Amino acid sequence: MAGVGSACLYVALLGAVYAAGASLYGVRAGRSEFVVSGRRAIYCMAALLTFAMGLLEAAFLRSDFSFAVVAEGSSTDTPTFYKAAAMWATQDGSLLLWAFLLTVFASTVLYVTRRSLREIAPYATVVLAVIAGFFLLLMVGWENPFSTLSQVPAQGNGLNPLLRHPAMMIHPPMLYTGYVGFSIPFAFAIGALIARRTGADWIRATRRFSLVAWTFLGAGIMLGALWSYTELGWGGYWAWDPVENASLMPWLVGTAFIHSIMVQEKRGMLKVWNVSLICGTFALALLGTFLVRSGVLDSIHAFGASTIGVQFLVFIALVLVVSVVLILSRLPDLKSEARLDSLLSREAFFLLNNLVLLGLALVIFWGTFFPLISEALSGEKQSVGPPWFDRLATPLALVLVLLSGIGPLVAWRRITPRNLKRALLAPLVFTGIVLLVLVAFSNAGQSLPSLAMFCFVAFVLAVVAQEFWRGARARRVMTGEALPRALVRLAGRNRRRYGGYLVHAGIAVLFLGVAASSAFIQQKDVRLKPGQTARVGDYKLTYQRVTADLGADRAGTGAPISIGGVVKLRKGNEVRTLRPARNFYPARDASAGPIGPISQFFEGDANSEVDLRWGLRRDLWLAIRPDVSSLVPVARKLDMRLAGADTTTQARAVAALTEIYRRDPPPAAFRFIVSPFVAWIWIGGAIAVLGALVAVWPSPEARLRRVTSIYAARLGRELSRA
Amino acid sequence: MDPARKKKVRLVVALGVAVALASALIYTSFSASTEASKPSQLKEGRSYEVTGKVVDGSVRHSGDALLFRIRDRDGTASVPVRYTGEVPDPFRDGREVIVKGELRDGTFEGQRDSLVTKCPSKFTKKKNS
Repeated sequence: MAGVGSACLYVALLGAVYAAGASLYGVRAGRSEFVVSGRRAIYCMAALLTFAMGLLEAAFLRSDFSFAVVAEGSSTDTPTFYKAAAMWATQDGSLLLWAFLLTVFASTVLYVTRRSLREIAPYATVVLAVIAGFFLLLMVGWENPFSTLSQVPAQGNGLNPLLRHPAMMIHPPMLYTGYVGFSIPFAFAIGALIARRTGADWIRATRRFSLVAWTFLGAGIMLGALWSYTELGWGGYWAWDPVENASLMPWLVGTAFIHSIMVQEKRGMLKVWNVSLICGTFALALLGTFLVRSGVLDSIHAFGASTIGVQFLVFIALVLVVSVVLILSRLPDLKSEARLDSLLSREAFFLLNNLVLLGLALVIFWGTFFPLISEALSGEKQSVGPPWFDRLATPLALVLVLLSGIGPLVAWRRITPRNLKRALLAPLVFTGIVLLVLVAFSNAGQSLPSLAMFCFVAFVLAVVAQEFWRGARARRVMTGEALPRALVRLAGRNRRRYGGYLVHAGIAVLFLGVAASSAFIQQKDVRLKPGQTARVGDYKLTYQRVTADLGADRAGTGAPISIGGVVKLRKGNEVRTLRPARNFYPARDASAGPIGPISQFFEGDANSEVDLRWGLRRDLWLAIRPDVSSLVPVARKLDMRLAGADTTTQARAVAALTEIYRRDPPPAAFRFIVSPFVAWIWIGGAIAVLGALVAVWPSPEARLRRVTSIYAARLGRELSRA
Repeated sequence: MDPARKKKVRLVVALGVAVALASALIYTSFSASTEASKPSQLKEGRSYEVTGKVVDGSVRHSGDALLFRIRDRDGTASVPVRYTGEVPDPFRDGREVIVKGELRDGTFEGQRDSLVTKCPSKFTKKKNS
């Protein structure tokens, strides 16, 4: 089976070479049949890689350890759900996922544009084939997911316990979908540059792909934050870890891109800027993929040194050089068709928002790569921590949220100060009221940046509400529809606009959560014996009793031992019972010394199952770290005595040790966090995704227009033939 | 103002903002950064972010504090660490960790909650195919 998979990769690589060659020849020599055949080669690659994905996924589900990646990343005792997700925990598997997604996306966009963009699409095909070819080459040459083991092991390593979280199933594929998705507008931008067709055609053709990529990348980042928040030791929902930063940078530049392309669509301006942005976004997306596995920077995500770092850097360099050379050589074709009329115009605000987004991306880039930059500049490797990022990112985020409120009010070309004042009046009054209420009735004034953020968020929400209200009212007057119906119809007819407003509202709500939780978080570490109580803020925390379960892990991660506690949490009359636990997995990593049959359970990997109570006003977060170190000497003695015993006896010994712990538990360490308004981060994120979906979804009118135009074209052709 | 002059003014303003941002970036990053180092290169009384591996069998608890030794990634020189705060899940013998703090009387005093444990490298072990 592995042979078939490898063959798929080789044939797909040949397909990539053919697709690039045929499209290039076809467009240069004006032979459209070669262009068509190059495009079909991409479809074939998508089919081949879909089949290869199926093969590998089946191997994971069957636990076929003759596949090296399966033995490396899965095991028979890994729950089925995590067997299915184990593919992208391995480097080889994630490369295959990348290439698979890319060819599927490429096929979709090439199919959609098969009757349009005749000059640009063939070159875009070449670019997409080259990118897919690069990933296939990596797999065929260095990291083949279908390489086999000469000696088939009886058991695999199992999926890393750290990765056993429901988000593992969708967080990596979502990020990859985002990264890969940006290769579509990139390819068409390069195609447009080569063909010197630098109008807005390539933007219109790939706009939906950009938005979809942006949405997936954003949702993937959100999901990663959510995952990180539910783990112990990952620094909450955002820790400015290099890999987190690496995913945020292309998203920020991509955000700038999806804003500024509107300026090119409407006014024919910012052409150089737009192609530069998409090239930057794509290069950063590659960098993000690379950083996760390169080991260049110290990160909790760095899975050891990779074997393909150099190849990745060479490819990123190639992308950058080709982009820069092409943009420079096409400068005369990229002249603006219009001038900026006024600084009080939508265009100017888009530009300003772009600059802030880019500034933020630059700050993050600088901080992330500071260890390398400082080593190059001063010879000493230095690094900056989260406080540095917080200090620089906070003002930029504030400006950004403010701009997302003002921008929608400003008209294209120019707005008179009088009109702007009229549009701003109601939102400003609302913001003023919110400010007064906050200062008078809450402690929000303790943190000035947070207070400012609360006000800006109120402002943005007021602006969005006002826009919806004005539009719906106008529609009601015109059509006589009832207000709710007018509201839905209004958004349905102008999806881009009102979807965009929803995204702005969602991001504002998200920042409300960020500002509140980062400024007013309460956190405490306590050490308790069963029966003891500690006071944390308004809460009384009582460690009632210990729990020790065998094979009954509540989170379903397949942990053999789960040790935790029952904790009563009291605040006034409110009483809750929390059950945090820590899961213990047998060690399979022999690098840290020999592994005993009993002690492997107490010295192996362990992962905290945080008990988290969500709430709109505050989240309660409790983790336990039971101290099993007293069991280790006993376990080691048993290792020697039971070395030759059967597995049942060994399992009994493990159960007996767990029972010893349960009868006489030593004090356990707890970490208790009260985080206000965190839930609003996820709610805001969900609103933003919903808004993006509204903006992306084709409206019935547009579909009708398209169908009519196709029929018109067909009719025209037939008439001309007749 | 005539358009050419206006353009010039805008350019100067934009460049000024860019320069200001760049210098703020450089200034704050160098003043807020800590030196990254290996256990064998630590000097007394300076702040570091030290990267190394947890020495096998060296992990002990003492009240709220976690005591362990870390050694160079590829070497044997090691230094005792005293750390309080959040201990990441993957932390154990042989794991690669990063911790911030400073060397005082031969012991590296870790900053609260600064311990980061890297993911185990068993997932990138060379395949024996």
